[in-house]
Amino acid sequence: MTPSATEAGVVIVGAGPAGLAAAVETAKRGLRTVLLDENPAPGGRIWQAIEARGASDADEEAGIALIREFRASGAEAWYGSSVWGIEPDGTVFWSRDGAAGSLRGHRIVLATGTTERPMPLPGWTLPGVMTVGAAQIALKTGGLVPDGETWIAGQGPLIFLYAAQAIRAGGKLAGILDVSDRAARWRAVRHLPGAIADIRKGAGWWREVGRAGVPILRVTDIRAEGSGVLDRISFRAGNTQRTEAADLLLLHDGVIPSIQITRALGCAHVWDERQRCWRPTTNDWGETNVPGVVVAGDGAGVGGAAAAVLSGRIAGLGCTYALGRIDTATRDRAAAPLRARHAAALASRPFIDTLFAPRPVAPTDPVLICRCEEVTTGQIRRAVELGCQGLNQLKAFTRCGMGPCQGRMCGSSVAEVLAGARGLHPREIEPYRTRFPARPLTVGELAGLGR
Amino acid sequence: MFRRGAAEPWTMVFDGRPVRARDGDSVASALLAAGIRVTRRTSVSGAPRGPWCMMGACFECVAIVDGRRGTRTCMTPAREGLRVDTQRD
Repeated sequence: MTPSATEAGVVIVGAGPAGLAAAVETAKRGLRTVLLDENPAPGGRIWQAIEARGASDADEEAGIALIREFRASGAEAWYGSSVWGIEPDGTVFWSRDGAAGSLRGHRIVLATGTTERPMPLPGWTLPGVMTVGAAQIALKTGGLVPDGETWIAGQGPLIFLYAAQAIRAGGKLAGILDVSDRAARWRAVRHLPGAIADIRKGAGWWREVGRAGVPILRVTDIRAEGSGVLDRISFRAGNTQRTEAADLLLLHDGVIPSIQITRALGCAHVWDERQRCWRPTTNDWGETNVPGVVVAGDGAGVGGAAAAVLSGRIAGLGCTYALGRIDTATRDRAAAPLRARHAAALASRPFIDTLFAPRPVAPTDPVLICRCEEVTTGQIRRAVELGCQGLNQLKAFTRCGMGPCQGRMCGSSVAEVLAGARGLHPREIEPYRTRFPARPLTVGELAGLGR
Repeated sequence: MFRRGAAEPWTMVFDGRPVRARDGDSVASALLAAGIRVTRRTSVSGAPRGPWCMMGACFECVAIVDGRRGTRTCMTPAREGLRVDTQRD
């Protein structure tokens, strides 16, 4: 479908679980709904390329069913379309194949999900070091499997899910380097009752990894090494220092909401202590304090795909009500069962978040922390010694956060280092101020807007 | 490194050399499948970089695609004959 008319009831950004679900709810009640996504097909990250590759389990069956419902809903999907700006009046700017355009929505639903929490360590910028999520995307879209000298390091359920998926697809892993805090297990125990089903699922992945003979080591002091590209890793396991050949190192320490767009829009944000990250402040319908701007799914706080679908549906009902298509009673009647299921879908989060509480971010001085501008952790600490108080001032001191990723890959870790250097908690550090355009644009894209 | 068993029926071109690929590949996934991990050199130090997030967020995997600099190879569908070159800033 080609981008056409310039006005819609609801414009949704992101075709993952939350965006698709929100679109279903608004489109089926007669609102013109336009959903934009950078990818060539629906599903987001969790269900990426799912129609092409087919569902592999019950969770993915749910994804196929939702995409089918979405296609039947009458919502329009503009794939390959990257949103880079939103104005307070609801005008959404997008680019596609090098050409920009705009579209005004009376409601904007941001379903932009998460990015993986950066895990800076020595050598993490070497080609061959990637995130676990990246390897999973390569598996889902291209059928790529790790072969041999591939190590995974970090913590969290995604590591074992990916390892199990890779093994099922014929991949070989050299080992998993577990950096989780053993003491966190004791803190997590009290949250166990809500998490039984997810624990069973996770234990299944863990057994698959074990049956494949993949060693799981508890380690510290991981380094990626090589001249030009990754060719080995070193780490400390117990009292032993080890060096191993490696051509891929996959890192993961959970995911955090993408707040680039909500920050740029001026939405209020709140610190989430359990997930150790910022998230936009939202009410029961996903509405932010900026009129007309709604956030659905993991971008409003990480809860996983099942919760994201329900939060998307609830946000969609809220939009439908706000635009006068349903009355309060209809909205609330439809939302009640969704809210119950949403709460159930979130029941395992306290356990997961406590068990895999993010590891402290305290790289040594030479470690690059801002990958784009090649700023070291030491430069951040020196700037603080010179009197630099906050993240936005740090940009002027060091250029950190000012490269093309616009702080997506360093925002949370630079805040941790700055907080550490100032003896503060990261919640006391204002996150990077972000501005539109949310990604680099060419002059040609901008010029085309006037036409 | 990555590998795959599936057929790679057609080729694109990276730095003048053929790289086999298949439908559904991004430029980045085709390069990784061919064992290519470097797509650019940084402007600050000239250090080599390659795919990191594979979801369009990090801009590490940018390259010159069909003459367009700064193109995210992970977000660009691969296609037959597509010309991709290492980006040196």
